[in-house]
Amino acid sequence: MTQLVSISSTLLYAAFVLYLIATVFFAGSIKSKKHTNQTGKNKWATIAIIITIAGFVSQLGYFITRWIAAGHAPLSNLFEFITFFGMMLVAAFIIIYFIYRTHVLGVFALPIALLVIAYSSMFPRDVSPLIPALQSDWLAIHVSTVAAGEAILAVSFVAGLIYLLKDVDLTKRGKQRFWLEAVLFTLVIVVGFIVSTTAGSIAGYETEFSYVNPEEQTETAQFALPALVVPHQAELLTEGQFATSLEMPSIVNASRLNTVLWSILTGTALYLILRLVTRKSISALLQPLVKRVNLNLMDEIGYRSILIGFPVFTLGGLVFAMIWAQIAWTRFWGWDPKEVWALITWLFYAAFLHLRLSKGWEGNRSAWLAVIGFAIIMFNLVAVNLIIAGLHSYA
Amino acid sequence: MSKRKKKRLLIRVSILSVLIAAVVYTLYSTLTDDERMLVKAGDAAPDFELTDLNGETHRLSDYKGQGVFLNFWGTWCKPCEKEMPYMENQYQEYKDEGVQILAVNVGESEFQVANFANEYNLSFPVVRDAQKDVMYAYSIGPLPTTLLVNPEGEVVKVIKGEMTEEMVADYMEMIKP
Amino acid sequence: MNEITCKCGHVNPEGTELCLSCGRALSESAENRKTADVMRYEGMARRSQTYNLSIIDKIWNFFSSVKVGVWLIVITLIASSLGTIFPQALFIPNGTENVYYEERYGIAGKIYYVLGFHDLYSSWWYLLLIGAIGTSIIIASLDRVIPLYKALKHQRINRHESFMKRQRVFSSYSIESPEKSIAQIKERLLKKRYRIREEEGHLLAEKGRFARWGPYINHIGLIIFLIGGMLRFVPGMYVDENMWIREGETMAIPGTGQEYFLKSDGFTVETYQQGEDSEVFNNTIEREGAIAKNYQTDAHLFKREEGSIAGQQGELVEIQQGAIQVNQPFKFDQFALYQVDFRQDEYSSMSFNLTEKASEESVGSFTIQFDNPEKVYELDNGYSVELTEYYPDFSGFEDGEPQSVSPIPNNPAFLVRLFSPENPDGEVAFIGIQRNLEPLGENDYALEFAGVETRDVSGLTVRKDLTLWILGLGGAVFMIGVVQGAYWNHRRLWLKKTADGRLLAAGHTNKNWFGFRKDLEYAFETTGLDKPKDHQEENLNKKESADAKEENNRDSTS
Repeated sequence: MTQLVSISSTLLYAAFVLYLIATVFFAGSIKSKKHTNQTGKNKWATIAIIITIAGFVSQLGYFITRWIAAGHAPLSNLFEFITFFGMMLVAAFIIIYFIYRTHVLGVFALPIALLVIAYSSMFPRDVSPLIPALQSDWLAIHVSTVAAGEAILAVSFVAGLIYLLKDVDLTKRGKQRFWLEAVLFTLVIVVGFIVSTTAGSIAGYETEFSYVNPEEQTETAQFALPALVVPHQAELLTEGQFATSLEMPSIVNASRLNTVLWSILTGTALYLILRLVTRKSISALLQPLVKRVNLNLMDEIGYRSILIGFPVFTLGGLVFAMIWAQIAWTRFWGWDPKEVWALITWLFYAAFLHLRLSKGWEGNRSAWLAVIGFAIIMFNLVAVNLIIAGLHSYA
Repeated sequence: MSKRKKKRLLIRVSILSVLIAAVVYTLYSTLTDDERMLVKAGDAAPDFELTDLNGETHRLSDYKGQGVFLNFWGTWCKPCEKEMPYMENQYQEYKDEGVQILAVNVGESEFQVANFANEYNLSFPVVRDAQKDVMYAYSIGPLPTTLLVNPEGEVVKVIKGEMTEEMVADYMEMIKP
Repeated sequence: MNEITCKCGHVNPEGTELCLSCGRALSESAENRKTADVMRYEGMARRSQTYNLSIIDKIWNFFSSVKVGVWLIVITLIASSLGTIFPQALFIPNGTENVYYEERYGIAGKIYYVLGFHDLYSSWWYLLLIGAIGTSIIIASLDRVIPLYKALKHQRINRHESFMKRQRVFSSYSIESPEKSIAQIKERLLKKRYRIREEEGHLLAEKGRFARWGPYINHIGLIIFLIGGMLRFVPGMYVDENMWIREGETMAIPGTGQEYFLKSDGFTVETYQQGEDSEVFNNTIEREGAIAKNYQTDAHLFKREEGSIAGQQGELVEIQQGAIQVNQPFKFDQFALYQVDFRQDEYSSMSFNLTEKASEESVGSFTIQFDNPEKVYELDNGYSVELTEYYPDFSGFEDGEPQSVSPIPNNPAFLVRLFSPENPDGEVAFIGIQRNLEPLGENDYALEFAGVETRDVSGLTVRKDLTLWILGLGGAVFMIGVVQGAYWNHRRLWLKKTADGRLLAAGHTNKNWFGFRKDLEYAFETTGLDKPKDHQEENLNKKESADAKEENNRDSTS
């Protein structure tokens, strides 16, 4: 069984590499001068999609082998769930690709999937047993449907981003230019998180503090990166390690805040280096890739993926969620933060559909809404688990 | 106004009133949620039958025609302990006027209850609700809680928390036949 | 009422934008508005927009507006998010609301509490918001679905040229035989499963009209769901009770009207063990320590004789037995029991030896059962122990009196009198855990602690919810409606043979123009004609070629 787990990890690793290669080929496909509208047959793109599918199959292999090894669906902690979300994102991309044959989507969707998978691997990757609350078939049903729904909705973000990169005028100062760059900057911060966390774990860095928690009990906290902030009434347990004296109130999880600070620092550094070297904003760097994009088509892809994703998300995030909650937690709805944010996500996309259907919000506005929707999904996926404690904080 | 407009107005008024009624009902229900499920003044007192320390059974409906001062308590509960002597004093005053006290102990052992009753020389029936059956029937929350049941078997008042001796006397006056 | 008579002679109700018969624009505003906006409701008069007389009409119109609906959604969304900043009152220790927020979160916490955000989701204004959304859903849907139904039901096949020209997809062909082309297109569209209607050589091909009802069906689902939520407050529909039950105890199940009783055979906790469970879990078990595997109460369910009243020691009939586990509630009648909590190792009895201090010899032993202590414990040879007082949760002395703060044996203590042949009047002792006092002077005998028995307590939730089926129905109807509206499209193609012999083709779809264009391509393939042009696509391409970077791009899709 442990061997199966290591096969599983290898498959995931292979999938990651394949997605990376596919991205390069997709980039090549849109550079190819022959194809002006970026759709239809194209040798680069054909290779790219084949590699993408190979990657997906490999990741599916990871999922199945891990399922067999663990004896339960590998959807029970942050690593497993976010990885699966990345996989569903690739699946959603493949489906949309075969409907619309737009290569440029791959240039953006795959890197985001890569980012998602890399991000997930920063969390503990061990196969963990199921606590009683998770021992149900609904784990696989509910979580996989939610991930699929959110992934399809995420495709609208990718389409929206491409739309905006082409549509927003980067030569003039303005809100749109600023916020577009801000969105891309956030993605760089995620890279910053991955880089700093990986660096910390390769270096084997660890600092331990004892501190006082909100219940006035003494606990220990591990820091995987040099402590820029320290916990409430902290005492350094590992001699000689770096620590500032910036003490946090007891309700703040200083260890996590420290990681966030390092991510921002590293991300900002990366961003500044990029700007200094290229003398361009990221938006401007990416814009040539989308030069020949058909805006109408991007708008349609964005809208279509929300139309496809919304029912799936409703089914997984609300209907199945309620059924399971009734079985496991005695009530179908209990205002747990994760539940509330699923409701918020749902309300947001409902508002999107009403604006689009009845108020004619298309194109640029629709693209911005898709970006905001993705931000809400990410908030629910990441922040609610890490910041707001609730019944869903399994990781 | 044309007939069609009148009809339309009528439809609109009726739909809006149904909606308003639904919202008001839900609001009222939510805001009074804690109170609604309890046995409260005006309700018929749920009947019960419990055994006292001497092995005699007491059934609430047997006391029809008398006022029943129904007190839920526990030996560990300080306010209960404090009001017991008041109840005993007033019981002496009112028992001949047709007021009965039933002191229902919730879920404690016979030893503890008997000990307590002896210590305070309680002459009214002290019954034990070992399975918390009667407590649930009356949806009793924190102890002590006292219910005043009039001779018709209807709850007149629910008192949560401790009572002074004057209050005990007043309440007994209330349910005197 | 001002009726509008169209040039074609058809009389339309006030507020109509496109003639119901021929499709001509009836007002200047309809003429100038975007086609997509006019076509959304087929150019029908939306009732609400035509009257503005009484206060009722004003309220009606307010809720009928999609703009208002979207605002309500957005406000609800923001309000909901506010409730997750700090934990809601139901997640914090009961009764500590007034201090908890300020102590933990300082001034922000205090503001949160004062504004009532700690109990946001059952606040009156949040419920009003939900109520307003419900109202908006009903009124807005009613106002749209009726005219839309009429418009789609009475669709004319022959439309005026101006109507066709306004469509996003439109082309005019000057060809020799429009009839032949129409026949060819018809054949192809039939293969694509369009429904075809013809009239005097004109043709209307339609597909997926039922997708237009999707939004209204999902709204019906939502309303059913909201009604289900409301029904909870109807007496008898909903029970939410908690009970604690010790191993071996038989207790009434709250909320069942004292009809059902539960006996616990005990509570079990299991954790994952290295070596026992799959070795793939070893790393996690090492990292995290004990991980729970199972929480389980084994129980018997009894029903009391019919007609019994509370407290009566009537006969209990066992009707069911089984385990109550997380994710596996124990169901009976309309109720379900859930394993939600536990307390382990509560004391159930203690054993003592009565010992002569001088010889350190035991003269007898006895056990006190906490749920049923005895007055006197008789030992052999004239020894006995009298239990004077029992303090289940001893907390200290007050005015020399031992105190107990709860009826739960967390810290049991006893006042006893020890009788021996030497001391026929007894010696007084106060004993408890780590405590042995002799308040009336030195005793000859002492109680020595000889052992303790514990048992576990299960925390169970009792639930009955008769609204579930209606909520399920609402959810199912919603899903059907939302899938119907999202996964199908309403596509129409009008073909018209003009008096001067041209062929006009106009198309409309409520969404997914990409798919519609593919249909058109297929339909026109055999005619040798180009498929009708999508003017939005055309305009865009023109601008593209003019200057890809031009600012106007932003408007190109509108």
